[in-house]
Amino acid sequence: MARLTLDDLKKIKEKQKATFTLREGGYRAKVTVHMGTCGIAAGARDIMTALMDEISQAKVEDVIATTSGCAGLCAREPMVTVEIMNKPPVKYGELTDAKIREIFKEHIIGGNPVEKYALVVGSETTY
Amino acid sequence: MQDLSLHILDIAENSITAGADRIKIRIVEDIGANLFLMEISDNGRGMDKEMFEHASDPFYTTRTTRKVGLGIPLLAQSAKDCNGNLKINTEKGKGTTITATFQHDHIDRKPLGDIEKTMIVLIASNPDIDFILEHSRNSDLYILDTSEIKKELGDVPINNMEVIKIIKDDISAWLNQVNNMIE
Repeated sequence: MARLTLDDLKKIKEKQKATFTLREGGYRAKVTVHMGTCGIAAGARDIMTALMDEISQAKVEDVIATTSGCAGLCAREPMVTVEIMNKPPVKYGELTDAKIREIFKEHIIGGNPVEKYALVVGSETTY
Repeated sequence: MQDLSLHILDIAENSITAGADRIKIRIVEDIGANLFLMEISDNGRGMDKEMFEHASDPFYTTRTTRKVGLGIPLLAQSAKDCNGNLKINTEKGKGTTITATFQHDHIDRKPLGDIEKTMIVLIASNPDIDFILEHSRNSDLYILDTSEIKKELGDVPINNMEVIKIIKDDISAWLNQVNNMIE
């Protein structure tokens, strides 16, 4: 029934051999999408899919997208925390598809936090 | 929650918090029996008696960031609205299975929704956890097991975006096929 074939996977495996070593040095950014019940109900899954779409379009290998539970600010969901290596983490709230794409380009790739969407700068890091 | 695939994502997040490294999502659509069943089972740390007794109570939660826990109560309500119910099977140290049933053709039954998005979000953000999706509609069956995909991939991480895309397309193709079938 499944259309996913072993050949597809083998092709990717061959292709990745070349780029895989680049990842060894760690990552430049970690993006945590808050996926508690509140986040999911507010649209966190679409934020995560938009983020994954941007990562794949930009062909960056060193940006990690992950999820966590509720951050305690349910009314401001969907939220993400962006952690750029050696920079204070930034929490963004009330996100939309367009906002997360802007944050990806400006902050995650460009390195400049998007202040107008930011809730807080600083607090705990996870790396 | 707008659709059932969001409930599945929410419950699976509980499994992740419970330290599971293998999470199975089973969806059974038996049109003849007018049944829609979804089951999320994990090998996480399970619940003790006290936690099990309180799992459906919205004002009980193990977390400290807020005082209410709505995940399971919301799903239980969705199921009850459709002449179904929610069952929890759990054993401390072994894992937990959450089963929700619905009357398939009930007017209030939410659609399954984008289960492929739920799966890729889970797989991409938890590369160390094995996920299994087993979805049947009458006699047609689809199975996705990321542990088998990982075996084939070798050193390539499962959350490589190209791999994620293949997985997403594979689930979408199954859904297209099964949704376009004449019953």
